[in-house]
Amino acid sequence: MRRYGDFTRAEDAVQEAMITAVEAWRADGVPEHPAGWLRTVAARRYVDQVRADAARQRREHAVLDATPRDALIAPPPDAEPPRDDLLELLFLCCHPALGPSAQVALTLRAVGGLTTPEIAAAFLVPEKTMGQRIVRAKQRLREAGARFDLPPEPERGPRLAAVRHVLYLIFNEGYAASSGPALRRVDLTGQAIRLTRRLHRRLPGDGEVAGLLALMLLTEARGPARTGPEGDLVPLAEQDRTRWDRTAIAEGVALVTRALSTAPVGPYQVQAAIAAVHAEASSTEDTDWPQVLALYELLERLAPGPAVTLNRAVALGMVRGPRAGLDLLHELADGPLAGHHRLLAVRAHLLERAGEPAAAARAWREAARLAGSLPERRFLVRQAARLS
Amino acid sequence: MKYLMLIYGNEQIWNSLPAGDLSTLIGEVDAFNEALRASGELVESQGLVSRPRSVRMVGDAPVVTDGPYLEAKEYVGSYFVVDVDSEERALEIARSYPALRFGSGPSGGGLEVWPLMTGTGGDL
Repeated sequence: MRRYGDFTRAEDAVQEAMITAVEAWRADGVPEHPAGWLRTVAARRYVDQVRADAARQRREHAVLDATPRDALIAPPPDAEPPRDDLLELLFLCCHPALGPSAQVALTLRAVGGLTTPEIAAAFLVPEKTMGQRIVRAKQRLREAGARFDLPPEPERGPRLAAVRHVLYLIFNEGYAASSGPALRRVDLTGQAIRLTRRLHRRLPGDGEVAGLLALMLLTEARGPARTGPEGDLVPLAEQDRTRWDRTAIAEGVALVTRALSTAPVGPYQVQAAIAAVHAEASSTEDTDWPQVLALYELLERLAPGPAVTLNRAVALGMVRGPRAGLDLLHELADGPLAGHHRLLAVRAHLLERAGEPAAAARAWREAARLAGSLPERRFLVRQAARLS
Repeated sequence: MKYLMLIYGNEQIWNSLPAGDLSTLIGEVDAFNEALRASGELVESQGLVSRPRSVRMVGDAPVVTDGPYLEAKEYVGSYFVVDVDSEERALEIARSYPALRFGSGPSGGGLEVWPLMTGTGGDL
């Protein structure tokens, strides 16, 4: 495998070598170095196979050469342009008959070209589990009668929204994994950006695809600054902004600016715009918080949700003081974020700024207890320890 | 999202099951595991040998003793880990665990569903 880099062929060759070994060893006895013997035979079988495949290819080319020229040359200009299957493939992989984890797995496999072991490693599950998930997803698609074509016009909007969401999930998984003590796994953020870039090229007029690409670029641009020397998380307010990737920021800002001025506004564009405001500020103090607040208000109208309200509370705290932010948090007290570590962390931050260190320390500790990830827990524990 | 399912058992319940019920149950648990494996949600599944040892500090040295950390009629008999789309799905799986019906009330067996902490961190 390492020598030749072709998985299927290498597997076949090793299998052939095993068969040869069983026959030869039965006749002549086991050789002195069985493993070396196997490697040598497998390598020879591999070369045989490559030669056989090459011969087959030559035969195919011969057939091709015998085909009349006009059957091969480009179609006349009024015919359809060469097909790009990207959209059809994405629509199929993100079919509504599948759950999010199946959509993500299938998209990475079929569109991203990742192998099953790579996808399994990216999501920290055994290869078997991931293989089975992909098999089941394909089976579901067959049962649902999913077809490899563009959905009819009225369905296209929601189906495209599902595609954008899957790309967003892939990005997030990769972005979260690139911090903390976890070793950097398969580059999922890079995959997500590549796929979204291709989709944007295919649908340049879709403002939300452009917005999503901009959001990814602007978020990824902060990547180098958001982990400290020991792999600990560094919050936005404390990041060394000179380490942000200016090229990615420039591209993201240009994308979102163009999208906002040419296409109907949508949640990804607004999130990208918020990221752009942060990206263009040299520090937390220099940040145009009234604009961030206005954008969160717009986002809340377009795509309301407790997580958006939570972020609006942070912005409100910066514009009108921590008390105003804390008041807004009361609205979330009975919702799905009640008891969520993010809500408690924002409360702790606002309490601290309001001059209540004891209450803030309690909230940091409670947030730490409920955090779902190790790097976040460590960060929150340190915040609590700093105050007590 | 990954969840650890701790399956608690109770020796008394198991010992009182008629042989027929026991083999039906074993068949059901096998089918349950197979369905989770086939859906690509099962990460791993293991039974625990009921021969635990506890290790605790006594004075300034760790001391090994027989038995579980907490003395109780219930013990962890096995565990499995699933990777699912939502907590609702994890709870649905837990509710459908076949051996659940043999334990009832505070002394019966049951399942605990624990979200597993990830090594990844979001933006702060």
